[in-house]
Amino acid sequence: MHNKSVAELSRELESGKVSSVELTQQFLDRIKREDGQINSFITVTEEQALADAKAADEQRAAGKATPWTGVPFAHKDIFCTNGVRTTCGSKMLENFVPPYDATVTESFRNAGAVCLGKTNMDEFAMGSSTESSYFGATTNPWGLSQGDKRVPGGSSGGSAAAVAARLVPAATATDTGGSIRQPAALCGITGLKPTYGRVSRYGMIAFASSLDQGGTMARTAEDNALMLNVMAGFDPKDSTSVDREVPDYTATLNEPLKGLRIGLPKEYFSDQLSPAMEQQVRNAVKEYEKLGATVKEVSLPNAKLAIAAYYVIAPAEASANLSRFDGARYGYRCADPKDLMDMYTRTRAEGFGAEVKRRILVGTYALSAGYFDAYYLKAQKVRRLIQQDFINAFKEVDVLMSPTTPSPAFVQGEKTNDPVTMYLEDVFTIAVNLAGVPAMSVPAGFVDGLPVGLQMIGDYFSEARLLNAAHKFQQVTDWHQREAQ
Amino acid sequence: MTISRKDIEKVAVLARIRVDEEQVSALEKDLGNILDLVDQLAAADTANVEPLAHPLDAVQRLRADEVTETDQREAFQAIAPATENGLYLVPRVIE
Repeated sequence: MHNKSVAELSRELESGKVSSVELTQQFLDRIKREDGQINSFITVTEEQALADAKAADEQRAAGKATPWTGVPFAHKDIFCTNGVRTTCGSKMLENFVPPYDATVTESFRNAGAVCLGKTNMDEFAMGSSTESSYFGATTNPWGLSQGDKRVPGGSSGGSAAAVAARLVPAATATDTGGSIRQPAALCGITGLKPTYGRVSRYGMIAFASSLDQGGTMARTAEDNALMLNVMAGFDPKDSTSVDREVPDYTATLNEPLKGLRIGLPKEYFSDQLSPAMEQQVRNAVKEYEKLGATVKEVSLPNAKLAIAAYYVIAPAEASANLSRFDGARYGYRCADPKDLMDMYTRTRAEGFGAEVKRRILVGTYALSAGYFDAYYLKAQKVRRLIQQDFINAFKEVDVLMSPTTPSPAFVQGEKTNDPVTMYLEDVFTIAVNLAGVPAMSVPAGFVDGLPVGLQMIGDYFSEARLLNAAHKFQQVTDWHQREAQ
Repeated sequence: MTISRKDIEKVAVLARIRVDEEQVSALEKDLGNILDLVDQLAAADTANVEPLAHPLDAVQRLRADEVTETDQREAFQAIAPATENGLYLVPRVIE
């Protein structure tokens, strides 16, 4: 049962072959058995899950089922869950039990899905390896049998590893600079970062508000579509949520790809990319040609500035967002503060980890008097240039394709000494967030026994087209079905 | 662009994060490396380019001026580090 997709599990539940309580118990047992060496969960909510499963079975018996009724899944521990602690991977929120649900949480609850727990992540979603979590690193299931402890990517590494290890069929995730696509690529699963504003950010703990976007992770494109059907939509509680009709993302999965115009950004096939990785990506593009797509080279001339612009804008927004953690109203407070300033400065020094503190300091510096124009305003201008590159490219093509990452999953500890080395991990993913366009990572082969991700970038609100392209590819390939031994 | 010890100490105060003396050197190196990366921006020609704050250039929505939230003080204060009589407690500010 654990190898079945959400779509398949939904059919099994509908046919009565299995109950949600049985299914939920099977996945909980798998988590108990397997997660010791992966550490993909921060919190497992066994009791609540079994109660929700029982309620789901009753809903189904009463004829009130949605495709998600009784299907197990997990939330990244960045989405607030009423009554269940939400840590964001930080000591600051180690004991934080939100008194409300994120809109995404509420949507899955209303659909009848059964949440098994909260997945591990880089602290406050700042990282590309899930090593900065206060609750310990997550290990990629790929490579484990060879005795390697590799990173699952990040920041949504817990969600990606849990799906790859078949501990849940699907999990929510967020992407600020690549945090869905890069872990999806390194763990050999399918992930989608929607258009900025497509999924509500209400109750999703903020990192960089003009970049953060909630999204989906599962093994198949079809399951990503089922997730997005639940998550997408206007939310009056999020001032940046977009009021625009939501299509049924599963309805167009099988549209033919004949005439699909694919663009290959030449800047993303540079010497940063290993020849073996490039080969896998080019093979995937050939499959698309067989499906009727046409391919041409395009250029994103300002893409090379994306990391620099991002590491001004994201830390600047983070420094403002994370000022709310002051020890006064919720979360960690240092012991015996001697005055108010002491309470603030020690609470924040003790509650935040090293990378979070670095980014708050960089952001504070970039926004401080005398540097605002040179850093923040300049980065915002470059951001428009980067957006314009995408707008120009989408006049000529429908989808851009590239590798998701420059190399496959690296060994834990390899990039933790120098923050900048870690930042370069997102070289192909980060421009997408600055522009706000949607993008996916789809399994497209292996290098040295480790998964390779194909990144597909679409124009604003073209999620249905991306999911369609990914689904058709998965009908003729089986990379997404491969399982780590 | 390099960042000095003095800059780091100043920024740490602005950010309300205590930085101990022995951490300053490591931060000088790490933040210096990050700012070196960021300095690539200086070379970009951004004359006549409008800054982009929001990918869809959206503006703030307005809503009717009505009460939409109920009082949940008890639920919110149940997770606070310290409260008394419905107030959040912090160290004394005024002597």
